Amino acid sequence: MPEQLAFAMEVFLNGLMSGVLYALVALGFVLIYKASGIFNFAQGVMALFAAMTLVGVQNGQVPFAHLINAIFGTHVHTFGWNVPSVFALIFTVGVMILLAWAVQRFVFRHLVGQEPIILFMATIGLAYFLEGFADLMWNSEIKKLDFCLTANTCLPQGINIAIDEFTFNAFGYGFFIDNLDITATIVAIILVIALVAFSQYTKQGRAMRAVADDHQAALSVGISLNFIWVLVWSLAGFVALVAGIMWGAKSGVQFSLSLIALKALPVLMLGGFTSIPGAIVGGLIIGVGEKLFEFWVGPLVGGATENWFAYVLALVFLVFRPQGLFGEKIIERV
Amino acid sequence: MFYREAGDFKTTYSADNQTFPIKIDRVGYYVALVVAFLIIPFMINDYWANAILMPFLIYSIAAIGLNILVGYCGQVSLGTGGFMAVGAYACYKLMTSFPEVNIFFHVLLSGGVTAFVCILFGLPSLRIKGFYLAVATLAAQFFLVWLFNRVPWFYNYSASGQINAPERTVFGVPVTGPNTEAWATYLFCLVFLVICAVIARNLTRGMAGRKWMAIRDMDIAAEIIGVNPLKAKLTAFGVSGFFIGISGALFFALYLGAVEVGEAFGITKSFLVLFMIIIGGLGSIFGSFAGAAFLVLLPVVLKVVGVDMLGWPTDIVAHLQLVIVGGLIVLFLILEPHGLAQLWRVAKQKLRLWPFPH
Repeated sequence: MPEQLAFAMEVFLNGLMSGVLYALVALGFVLIYKASGIFNFAQGVMALFAAMTLVGVQNGQVPFAHLINAIFGTHVHTFGWNVPSVFALIFTVGVMILLAWAVQRFVFRHLVGQEPIILFMATIGLAYFLEGFADLMWNSEIKKLDFCLTANTCLPQGINIAIDEFTFNAFGYGFFIDNLDITATIVAIILVIALVAFSQYTKQGRAMRAVADDHQAALSVGISLNFIWVLVWSLAGFVALVAGIMWGAKSGVQFSLSLIALKALPVLMLGGFTSIPGAIVGGLIIGVGEKLFEFWVGPLVGGATENWFAYVLALVFLVFRPQGLFGEKIIERV
Repeated sequence: MFYREAGDFKTTYSADNQTFPIKIDRVGYYVALVVAFLIIPFMINDYWANAILMPFLIYSIAAIGLNILVGYCGQVSLGTGGFMAVGAYACYKLMTSFPEVNIFFHVLLSGGVTAFVCILFGLPSLRIKGFYLAVATLAAQFFLVWLFNRVPWFYNYSASGQINAPERTVFGVPVTGPNTEAWATYLFCLVFLVICAVIARNLTRGMAGRKWMAIRDMDIAAEIIGVNPLKAKLTAFGVSGFFIGISGALFFALYLGAVEVGEAFGITKSFLVLFMIIIGGLGSIFGSFAGAAFLVLLPVVLKVVGVDMLGWPTDIVAHLQLVIVGGLIVLFLILEPHGLAQLWRVAKQKLRLWPFPH
């Protein structure tokens, strides 16, 4: 097998893996959009917030330490203990549920019946608020995320030796594939199966789908909209947490984590806003597309095409199919 | 008592159709112009110009431009930063290629160039609506910033990748470059702001504005009553791009002087201008001014209170600012989705009836 082709295949595989990570973020969007019609711009910041909370709790940071020090002139920074990852994870899930409740109670309950674009802008405001809040709470420096379920099973880093050896023997060219990406793919698959099972086979999942279908009809058969919305936001918070862990382990917990939300937008547009499989397929297309484009065309035009390729691809795609791959057909009436 | 139509008789059609039909509005408008043109230039110093007045003037132009697109025509755009960058780089290329032409025309021309680019990126709006369009405009934002970063022709092959404004004069007074005086740059921006505001105000009162609003309220219905959506949407993109381009050119040439594109015209700039028109009021020229003033003043006030008075570190104040801006936006959307402009309208309505509310 020629070297060039093997290299392209490696790029393709890596694209698939990063596509999974995009899809993880996009999933959170789809969940909320389906159930409440809110296009949640804050999803990326929620991932950032979740990851920061997890790291902060793990390292025993004092929340708002910086602010407290500034006001009272004290010098507190950490509690001086380290919390095991599992407990930190449970605690963070609790925080995300609390956040979901607060968002529902203090923001979106007051905005019921507003135009979608107003809701969208409210989530942009929410994103700013959360970002500033997370920075105030856990300070904004770049943090390293080490996530270990037990003492020995941590999130793996670095190259996968087995695949490297296997491909070297098969093609004469060792593929470089990150262990973390493989883990992320597995986690994402489990997460999607779990979400699908939840929405298909449980009572709450059925209620969720009913709300997504028609708010008023759901209300009239006795489903509590408030509860479902809190549930959906909590689920989205949980997905954000998983995405935050994966991205945080990949590139450190820092502000740029919230920008992956922007990357998830073209994924959504490709897949359609209302479709979970769409989010996955869209993520894979974008991931592979931008890696291959950078590989073939990037060197010709000066590189760093990953910044915009996804958007332009989505834009061109939408001109031909405005509702995305799996989106519901848009029917407009006067 | 203070705000009355009563007794203000109109005897001609033109008097009836004027921009400010109520006398007190008209007087207020002229007073504001006199203060802005004849009093502030004599009192201005560098701090006031750089911290408050120049950003206010320039962002007001951008906010008016975006408000035409989002507030009047209903096409949500997140590409403002990219379009401002087009204005800035067009202005730079024109300034360095044609040094003998007055900078006034350079700024106008860069507005024209941006209008063209904006129309180009507005073409998909005919197929794509709502959120999809908002995301599609992100393509413009990232692509344009990348373009100006990567193609050396745009920054004249300078080693740093930055663009620097050379010195240009108007009537012998330098307005760009290192030797400017605060009053000169201030007046130069003010002239553009007044021109833009007058154009925008009159466009939105006329046929073009009504078509935009019809498209905004319901595009299919507008099409049925004979509004051409192609023309209406693209003119909105064009006019909006013209204003945003002017503001980008001024932002680069007069305010910053040297620009690194990712830093000055990144995605945060797009959001900043969008927030200005949300807080100020969608679909209102006055709202664009109010929103720009509010978001320019807020960081200054926070800095004065937080850093200078309370002595907090600057990074805490910066984070608090995010919290406050975000919180305010949510609060505004909940309490008053139509922004500061609506508060002003309500106040005027109250003033009309005061002191006899029945």
